[in-house]
Amino acid sequence: MNINSKNFQPNGPRPKHLTIGRIGMYCFIFMCALFFLMPLYVMIVTSLKDMDEIRSGNLLYIPKALSFYAWPKAWSEACTGFVCEGLKPGLINSIKITIPSVIVSVSLGALNGYALAFWRFKGAYFFFGLCLFGAFIPYQVMVYPLLKIESAIGIYSSLPGIILVHTIFGMPILTLIFRNFYAGLPIDLFKAARIDGGNFIKIFFYVIIPMSTPITIVAVILQVTGIWNDFLLGLVFAGRDNQPMTVQLNNIVQVDYGVAEYNVDMAATILTSLVPLFVYFISGRWFVRGIAAGAIKG
Amino acid sequence: MSMKNSVEVKNISFSYGKTEILNDLSLDIKEGEFMVLLGPSGCGKTTLLNCIAGLLDLTEGQIWIEDDNVTWKEPKDRHIGMVFQSYALYPSMTVEKNLSFGLRMMGTAKKIIDDKIEKAANLLQINELLKRKPSQLSGGQRQRVAIGRALVRDAKVFLFDEPLSNLDAKLRAELRYEIKKLHRDLSNTMIYVTHDQIEAMTLADRISVMKDGLIQQLDTPKQIYNKPANLFVAGFIGSPSMNFLNAKFDKTNQNLIIGKRHINISKYENINNLTDDQQVVFGIRPENIIIDKNENSILCKVELVEPMGADTLVWTSIEGTPISIRLEGSSNYNLNDEINISFDINRSSIFDSKSEERI
Repeated sequence: MNINSKNFQPNGPRPKHLTIGRIGMYCFIFMCALFFLMPLYVMIVTSLKDMDEIRSGNLLYIPKALSFYAWPKAWSEACTGFVCEGLKPGLINSIKITIPSVIVSVSLGALNGYALAFWRFKGAYFFFGLCLFGAFIPYQVMVYPLLKIESAIGIYSSLPGIILVHTIFGMPILTLIFRNFYAGLPIDLFKAARIDGGNFIKIFFYVIIPMSTPITIVAVILQVTGIWNDFLLGLVFAGRDNQPMTVQLNNIVQVDYGVAEYNVDMAATILTSLVPLFVYFISGRWFVRGIAAGAIKG
Repeated sequence: MSMKNSVEVKNISFSYGKTEILNDLSLDIKEGEFMVLLGPSGCGKTTLLNCIAGLLDLTEGQIWIEDDNVTWKEPKDRHIGMVFQSYALYPSMTVEKNLSFGLRMMGTAKKIIDDKIEKAANLLQINELLKRKPSQLSGGQRQRVAIGRALVRDAKVFLFDEPLSNLDAKLRAELRYEIKKLHRDLSNTMIYVTHDQIEAMTLADRISVMKDGLIQQLDTPKQIYNKPANLFVAGFIGSPSMNFLNAKFDKTNQNLIIGKRHINISKYENINNLTDDQQVVFGIRPENIIIDKNENSILCKVELVEPMGADTLVWTSIEGTPISIRLEGSSNYNLNDEINISFDINRSSIFDSKSEERI
């Protein structure tokens, strides 16, 4: 073998090539991103224009003169029906609804999933099947019966009323994801805890919950975004005093009289979507990890 | 070892739905005894252990531990400690918390917990690991901690569920030695499930060989190795495994007839139980075949040689049936060498072809 032929032998790391396929893929990804970012861009620039400029058309242009007045107006002055206090009370209502609903529904979902995965009681499979089925029933079917039940027990149109509704509707999917996560944990761990003297509740608190971080994060993200974005249930069950941000946003946007102020509408919409956006930005990494977390090693 | 029974399994049955795993099984384990449940996977040995631990509910029968009918008691009230194949350490707790978990659940005083942990940690040499999480430990260390968890609880009976199966060969031998030492020092009753016959032979006071939910033979390792009760036990115990030859008994000459070959078995202990023309299986372990020319020897050809260091395994065949012979590591045979082999009949086993029981 002569010395030169050595240069043609594969040696060390494989060289990286930019292939046609790769370039095509990047183009596609770029187009996708553009497609999904376009509405956000339009919303932001419109919210920073004044009404004259909006009326002149040119949806995609950047504002000639920045005007910030739409933002404070959306926040504290825009009219939602008869009152004109902006979105501020809605934000507080949404927080008051979301936080307890998420805590209660995620805790109960975890407990359900744990019971189904580890304590294989009689009829556990049937119950699990029922849960799966429940996850596919449309909300609308249950709105009227639930409304009747809640008025009968006297919590309709109140904060506890809407929290109960969110908890009920979150239960099937939360039970499902917790059960599937727990079913992936080694059963020996649970057996060891039983020999060590844990009962149903103690094992849950001391052994199972400390191992549930990834799936709990997934569940919290699901519930926060779901409950925050909810419109129908908030409209029906929360009552006039507790209307969440989404309902108030609708009231701002759907004006029956006067001029439609698109810049205020856009600002209000962005304000309403800030919480879910924020949740996705800080937790995207955790979300993927939690979804993939069938296997955490002990 | 006293004569008192520590664990009594009385006529238990267990089934998963319609699948019957254990049927009317009984087993007495003496105080301080090291009992190994040995068998291939699916034989019901782990199920039996889980039934004793109370992790599975029996379909029928009783379990007694230390003169106490624990059939309906929770696992925590059975005076047992258990070590699992997967270690089953609580991943979110440090080693120390893992060890103390059982005691904390019982509400034991802090001072007593600390004392017990120190004692167990010293015994198992895991003092340096107490502040670590299980994920920072090697497999061997994890299993030590798991054993420690059973130790700390002052269990009367230790249950081991294939504790060494996840470890590599070297560690397995090391920990096997330590478990044996632990039993020597603590002299607790121990019940140990394994499919590894070396573990069974080295650790056990008595082995119970299981198959299809039934105990095939319950005896000391020596007895099980030398006088297997049936064909299954004979084939399962021993590596390389026992050689089997189908034969017919010729009473007048006291010979076994294998094709054209004859083997004289007049020295076999139970020869009087054999009847003329009886179809039998002749079993002989590789180390009980002698290369030696005499009037009874059979001429064979070496077909394969497997040097294993301490021993050398030489393969040949009689009437088409492969036969392995275990020789010293220093012995030197080559392919196609001609050898004369004879059998140590005293140490052979003869089984009835139909019932597969030892004669």
